[in-house]
Amino acid sequence: MTDSNKTLKLTVRDLNLHYGIKHALQDVSIDIREHRVTAFIGPSGCGKSTFLRTLNRMNDLIDGVKIKGSVKLDGQDIYANGVDTVELRKRVGMIFQKSNPFPKSIYENVAYGPRIHGLKDKATLDALVEKSLRQAAIWDEVKDELHKSALALSGGQQQRLCIARALAVDPEVLLMDEPASALDPLATSKIEELVYELKDRYTIVIVTHNMQQAARVSDDTAFFYMGKLIEFDATERIFTSPKERQTEDYITGRFG
Amino acid sequence: MLSKRIKGRLFVGFTAFCAFIGVAAVAWILGTIIWGGASHITWQFLSAAPTEGMTEGGIFPAIFGTFMLVIIMSIVGVPVGTITAIYLSEYTNRQSKLAQVIRFAVNTLAGIPAIVFGLFGLGFFIQFTGGHLDRLFYSGELHWSQPNILWASLTLALLTLPVVIVSVEEAIKTVPRELREASLALGATRWETIWNVVLPGSFSGILTGAILAVSRGAGEVAPILFTGAAYFLPHLPTQFSDQFMELGYHVFIMTTQSTDVEKTIGIQYATTLVLLALTFTLNFSAIALRARLRKRTAA
Ligand SMILES: Nc1ncnc2c1ncn2[C@@H]1O[C@H](COP(=O)(O)OP(=O)(O)O)[C@@H](O)[C@H]1O
Ligand SMILES: [Mg+2]
Repeated sequence: MTDSNKTLKLTVRDLNLHYGIKHALQDVSIDIREHRVTAFIGPSGCGKSTFLRTLNRMNDLIDGVKIKGSVKLDGQDIYANGVDTVELRKRVGMIFQKSNPFPKSIYENVAYGPRIHGLKDKATLDALVEKSLRQAAIWDEVKDELHKSALALSGGQQQRLCIARALAVDPEVLLMDEPASALDPLATSKIEELVYELKDRYTIVIVTHNMQQAARVSDDTAFFYMGKLIEFDATERIFTSPKERQTEDYITGRFG
Repeated sequence: MLSKRIKGRLFVGFTAFCAFIGVAAVAWILGTIIWGGASHITWQFLSAAPTEGMTEGGIFPAIFGTFMLVIIMSIVGVPVGTITAIYLSEYTNRQSKLAQVIRFAVNTLAGIPAIVFGLFGLGFFIQFTGGHLDRLFYSGELHWSQPNILWASLTLALLTLPVVIVSVEEAIKTVPRELREASLALGATRWETIWNVVLPGSFSGILTGAILAVSRGAGEVAPILFTGAAYFLPHLPTQFSDQFMELGYHVFIMTTQSTDVEKTIGIQYATTLVLLALTFTLNFSAIALRARLRKRTAA
């Protein structure tokens, strides 16, 4: 891997996940570098979302899930006893495939997280909302209608609002599950630009089924197939000289 | 042998006739009640107390009592039902033994005859709870161990609990999983998510449940028979320990124990009409709310 002197933000070792009897992730080990964009690619159903959700323990909410192995954030196991998932999810934010703004105003959406975590002061909150919306590159489009319903926004705007909402709790890692899969090309390129800008301040993990997108935005790429991590390397190398046959077949479009 | 075609026609005719029975019954009931009662409904009738040994005058105390009864009932029953629904849908999964036990109990509760609730109220609230309160705080003097509006309301709350639970649970299910996940992923706790996302999203369902409970509870005579309803009272209830008059009970006593049943037929019809108008209004608003809720789910 290039730049191996860079700090690792997340290290995963021998992760296995079962949904009931279904073995959805098998012995996954991966290192995710700080301030880099890591892309997860692979055919539908191979476990990308499942793996992404183990990184902020969102799978805990599903009945019958069993997880073994270790996931370390800055060297600390997030599955250890006594880890507070609230603290964890503050540090590891998530953007979903389908934009999911609350049926509240634009302002209330962004203020939701900070409020939950105890911020009450109106001026501070106003400033934080503005800063988050600016970071998500949507401020100029909504600054005059902050109190309008978020549901009135277009799909692309809703997704950027969701990004602003996640940024407002000041996370260190952003997990994005196919954030642009439901958007048109223009809205998609806006999200991609945003990902590129955000990586200076955040560590980003992005799931995508769009290979060009992975090639464009990511530094490292992981290829998953049937619950296994087949290959993980610098994006450039994955796309120019993959080591595994399956990876090559996938990126050249021979399956998936 | 009848031909197939004739048999088919007969069957269609028969089903139509059966369906018509229901319509005819409603039309007949409404028709006679409006016919017999409408002319008696005056401002005076709605705003005055009964006079002349309840053969003249109005029904204001019964209207007032009915309102107080259902308000206290809702204040207790709606939160308890809502919390139960939240517990069932947010904190337990389908297979959990505890959830199954609670669901079974709720379904059973819904099937218990109203008079049994009345007897339960008498035994549990008045004799047991009231009796203990009086022994503890009133040195045995009768105070809480007799029928009153609080015990009647609580009995009714129990009767209407299943209605609230079912409709709140239905509403909670319409709140998309994506919204809960959005909240949790921001570091909200389960409870914060319920409070800020699930409950606001279920508001119309909670309101529907409350309205349905009120329309179910208003007019039920059996549960309040032994627990708080009074034949006639010179004063309106002002305390939890007061008895009260109620519309359904008023109709019951006017038709069965009045000093002059013949003379009060007009009052009986008119009282029934008021009661019906009340429950119909509530039912229609519940239906309208529910339709709105369903539309949102479908969208
Ligand atoms: N909640 C769940 N319960 C049971 N199986 C699931 C659940 N979620 C996903 N799966 C299964 O796990 C596998 C991986 O799914 P997923 O992580 O969503 O794949 P991807 O995001 O790569 O398309 C699939 O076979 C899917 O059917
Ligand atoms: Mg997926």
